[in-house]
Amino acid sequence: MTEHVLAPPPTIVVPTTTDLFLGFFQIAISGFGGVLAWARRVIVQECKWMTADEFNELFALCQFLPGPNIVNFSLIYGSRIRGPAGATAAVLGLMGPPTALMILLGSLYSRYGALPQSRGALAGLAAAAAGLLISTAVSMAEPLARKGIGNVLIAAVAFVAVGVLQWPLLGVLAVLVPLSIARAWRRS
Amino acid sequence: MKDSSGTLLTLALQFSLLSFLAIGGAITALPEMHRQAVDVYHWMTSTQFAQLVAIAQAAPGPNVLIVTLIGQQVAGIPGALVATVCMCGPACAVAFQTARAFHQFKQSRWAIVLQAGLIPVSVGLVGATALIVARSADEGWPTLLITAATFAITHWTRISPLWALGAATLIGLSGLV
Repeated sequence: MTEHVLAPPPTIVVPTTTDLFLGFFQIAISGFGGVLAWARRVIVQECKWMTADEFNELFALCQFLPGPNIVNFSLIYGSRIRGPAGATAAVLGLMGPPTALMILLGSLYSRYGALPQSRGALAGLAAAAAGLLISTAVSMAEPLARKGIGNVLIAAVAFVAVGVLQWPLLGVLAVLVPLSIARAWRRS
Repeated sequence: MKDSSGTLLTLALQFSLLSFLAIGGAITALPEMHRQAVDVYHWMTSTQFAQLVAIAQAAPGPNVLIVTLIGQQVAGIPGALVATVCMCGPACAVAFQTARAFHQFKQSRWAIVLQAGLIPVSVGLVGATALIVARSADEGWPTLLITAATFAITHWTRISPLWALGAATLIGLSGLV
């Protein structure tokens, strides 16, 4: 009880370059099926490098910049805190170990993927991964459906053009993105 | 591999371009990766593509690491590194420069407009990803059932999807699919 009262209020900790490497390493190896949830947990709750609001703000920015979100996040955050060394440490921590693991898994796949047992296991795994992706898509689509028919139409056109007709992404985005942004601009 | 440098160059160009098209996450670029790897360059079959996606989903790390696996199947370890660096490097450099200009991103009108405009497109693309992987992975009733069960578990329960992935792998290993 007394200890609780005496505990200092939550303050922001400024990580060192080593902390940045280790923190993003922890996020990467804990993050099964994407890393956003773990990034929030490690950075905001465990390490206290940012408040929840700061995290949301930077993540929102990274989502609408080109490139993989979480890589952008580590790069921009690492650089704001510790300059080029911080950016390097954060990106290496995030990408280095999982890339090495992926290369190992890829070698195993090349060597053993065609064996009868592996083919069965991989077929099961791939079918489950498809279910996981459908769940991600549905969770994203549900809030969109509440925002009006226009949004749903744009999503449906992207889905049909890229998923069903398998048209090239560049062409589809070149038409759909300006259209969708212009629509959002008029409504804002 | 006598044309390996040509293949590496192709990988580098394709993934550098693709990194700029991945709006709202690497997962939105998967249909285009599928089109390139399976239909345009014939690097792998649709089934192999779905298996690589599954391995990337089951392993820890950012979603973007699917490109590491594709690069490796195409051109070994150099291919894996080229694909990974090119999928992250060019677009992240642009993002980094832009981020310096936008310290107060959330409050600006442009931020709200961009967000409102891009979200419907990326939702459609994630749906396209799910469809393409499901069509490649589901070759019969047993695999369709696994997909449906995994969707139900992930979407309507709090059970970790890792259990579903593990169980499906075991079912496959036992020869039921």
